[in-house]
Amino acid sequence: MSDATSVEDIKKHVRVYITVFTALAALTVVTVAVAYLNLTIVPALIVALFIATIKGSLVACYFMHLISEKKIIYAVLITTVAFLLALFILTIGSYHDQYGGKIVP
Amino acid sequence: MEIPYTVAARPDTGVNNAKLGVWLFLASEVMLFGGLFSAYVFLRVGAPEWPGMIGDHQFARSSDILNIPIGFFDTLVLIASSVTMVMSWASLKMNNFGKYKLYMSLTILCAVIFLVVKSFEYGDKFSHGFYPAESSFLAIYFTLTGLHGLHVIGGIIVNSYLLGPGSKMWKTDGERFTNRIEIAGLYWHFVDLVWIFLFPTIYLL
Repeated sequence: MSDATSVEDIKKHVRVYITVFTALAALTVVTVAVAYLNLTIVPALIVALFIATIKGSLVACYFMHLISEKKIIYAVLITTVAFLLALFILTIGSYHDQYGGKIVP
Repeated sequence: MEIPYTVAARPDTGVNNAKLGVWLFLASEVMLFGGLFSAYVFLRVGAPEWPGMIGDHQFARSSDILNIPIGFFDTLVLIASSVTMVMSWASLKMNNFGKYKLYMSLTILCAVIFLVVKSFEYGDKFSHGFYPAESSFLAIYFTLTGLHGLHVIGGIIVNSYLLGPGSKMWKTDGERFTNRIEIAGLYWHFVDLVWIFLFPTIYLL
């Protein structure tokens, strides 16, 4: 997107932004509607994170222009995601490594 | 001395310095929120009930404590602010400074609405005795939403500067100013993105 220079190009992008906004609003409604179905925790978690990931991807790809970014930005992001996954895996791993004491809610 | 590569792409990276800089900053932000999210998962997986006992009451779901319609409204407001933010950048690209001012004002207005609603929400929790020290659920709720709220305040400060005194640059160096809006936008969309994950995980599960 940062390469887009002509006014016509930008006008096309504006139409895309409006479409993405509509999609994000609709997906937010779906997220809330699913929450009222009172699903058990595992399916509820999967559905909620699945929809959130779609919404997050739309924001990142179109509003943050990641759909047409330079390689170095992708390299930064891939490295970040690798560290983030390591953080989650280590945290969950440390939970299973406990003596089994429950955490006070 | 002139700061190099504020507009032109650096030959070795292919992007201008500001863009690479903000993405590196956002990478650190991902780890900051990621650490708190993993703390949330850790507490949640280890707890026999969630939110569980708070004071004399047993709560089976977080939606028994948090107000879903308010969270839903806040989500829509933040999404709308992301659109107005990107529209302010697009307006500058189309050489329309008047529309830039309009869209940037709307972005700041949405951010203020978000914070006002959040402060009422906090006030309601406090009035019921729901403080961070009362339970793990409330501790992680206030920590995550509080940190996110601080980011919203940061965004309001930066965007207000770019709407007010900072906008003088449009006349002297329009292209650089447009880049600044894109960079501020990247930060703002990230703040929106964090909320997109916060809302379902904290309010709805």
